[in-house]
Amino acid sequence: MAFPEAIRSIYKSELAGIRDAGIFKEERIICAPQNSEIEVEFPIGAAKQKVINMCANNYLGLSSHPDVVEAARKGLDHRGYGMSSVRFICGTQDIHKELEQKLTTFLGTEDTILFPSCMDANAGVFEAVLTDQDVMIADRLVHASIVDGMRLCKAMTDTFKHSDMAHLEEKLQLHEKARVKLIITDGSFSMDGDLAKLDKIVELAEKYGALVFVDDSHASGFIGKTGRGTHEQCGVMGKIDIITTTLGKALGGASGGCVSGRRELVEMCRQKARPYLFSNTIPPVVVSGAIRVLEIISKTTERRDKLEKNTIFWRKGLTEAGLIIKEGETPIVPVMLFNAKLSQDFARDLYAEGIYAVGFFFPVVPKGQARIRTQLSAAHEMHHLEKALAAFTKVGGKYDILHKTKQEIIDKYGM
Amino acid sequence: MSDLKNIVLNYVKNEYLEEGDDREVDFNTPLISGGIVDSFSMVSLKRFLENKYNIQIPDAKATPDAFDTVNNIAELLKEFNIQ
Ligand SMILES: Cc1ncc(COP(=O)(O)O)c(C=O)c1O
Repeated sequence: MAFPEAIRSIYKSELAGIRDAGIFKEERIICAPQNSEIEVEFPIGAAKQKVINMCANNYLGLSSHPDVVEAARKGLDHRGYGMSSVRFICGTQDIHKELEQKLTTFLGTEDTILFPSCMDANAGVFEAVLTDQDVMIADRLVHASIVDGMRLCKAMTDTFKHSDMAHLEEKLQLHEKARVKLIITDGSFSMDGDLAKLDKIVELAEKYGALVFVDDSHASGFIGKTGRGTHEQCGVMGKIDIITTTLGKALGGASGGCVSGRRELVEMCRQKARPYLFSNTIPPVVVSGAIRVLEIISKTTERRDKLEKNTIFWRKGLTEAGLIIKEGETPIVPVMLFNAKLSQDFARDLYAEGIYAVGFFFPVVPKGQARIRTQLSAAHEMHHLEKALAAFTKVGGKYDILHKTKQEIIDKYGM
Repeated sequence: MSDLKNIVLNYVKNEYLEEGDDREVDFNTPLISGGIVDSFSMVSLKRFLENKYNIQIPDAKATPDAFDTVNNIAELLKEFNIQ
């Protein structure tokens, strides 16, 4: 008996515990290509419903764009389905090198190496470039994949309070003697939609001789005047030593990630990063699609400009409707509800109105900061956003939280 | 003695609590097992003690347990004749 009841019951009760805590995650079945309007089956077995999607990372609306699909199809025809190899044995095609070159140009760096995902890039990069003589100083809100990558690295770790530059400076002084000091941050923070103060971070890095790492997964393709990312927005193109980003969000949304930055650091990843060395290469069809994505967004800023217009409309609309949002300029717009149950009820009612958005609560965000995170896309048309806004207003009215302060909402529903 | 504990406690509050975080922290509050100080951030507490009292705490002694409460830290510092 390979899986005796006594052992099965350990896991059954652990899963029951997760359910009881109200944090059991359930998949929602999408029966359509990714887009601003999708057909969803939720819960599983329920009738399919057409909804407006407000929770995809499809920022530029390229995930199902006909040109991208066509390029992927060509990749399939010309370079096959799979490579059955890691990169350095027989998994590097001409198109993999072409995509790396295009990413280097787009991000304004010296070199780029592809990884199976950005999770893998973050898991591999720190161990590949740092030793126990070095120190990693991370913003306290960095993405989970960065936390995992830091755990795998022997360098000393320290943290600074979220976007607190005075605190970061203290830490740079504290670790002045380390061989390499690496400041680590997300470019755009995915839960709050705020941007790192990269101009200030670069200034401090220069003052203390530190390097800068930025995960720009939620910025590449649309933040900055030409969409290069947070470093463009903050005026520090060419000054970021390591950028990691994903092809799984704005840049086509399929899969894949990269480390882009200083030539020697990228080369160290080719020599030593374990997810690069020991995991299969990105399939040709995905590489071809991603190349097309970069061509499209290098030629015109039309899509990021439309996303920006949508974002401004949406932020203004929610605020005027009397909802509390996290201030910012990114297409990640959290609607603050503070109470976990309220965030769940709100999302369920939105779904009934044909709006698909998800409530987030502890432990994904701090206690008392439950919210519905909305994300804009260049695939949203004005009529989508108008309908979504009407639904938010209607549901907000039902729960009587419009034009109320944070304290009034907390008094009514609890933290 | 309680001077020393207050110094450490103040450091912990300033260093590890965000503005608006009104969790009560006292000499007996579990810092690491209680999730106030994560393992990535412990080093600054160690460095703070070393710089403040001009000592070197060997890594073998800087265990999560030894750092888990202000009281534990005070005990650890006794080994360095700091009261
Ligand atoms: C900031 C950040 N980094 C990394 C990742 C992981 O990217 P990928 O899906 O390519 O593994 C994500 C996505 O979830 C993310 O939000």
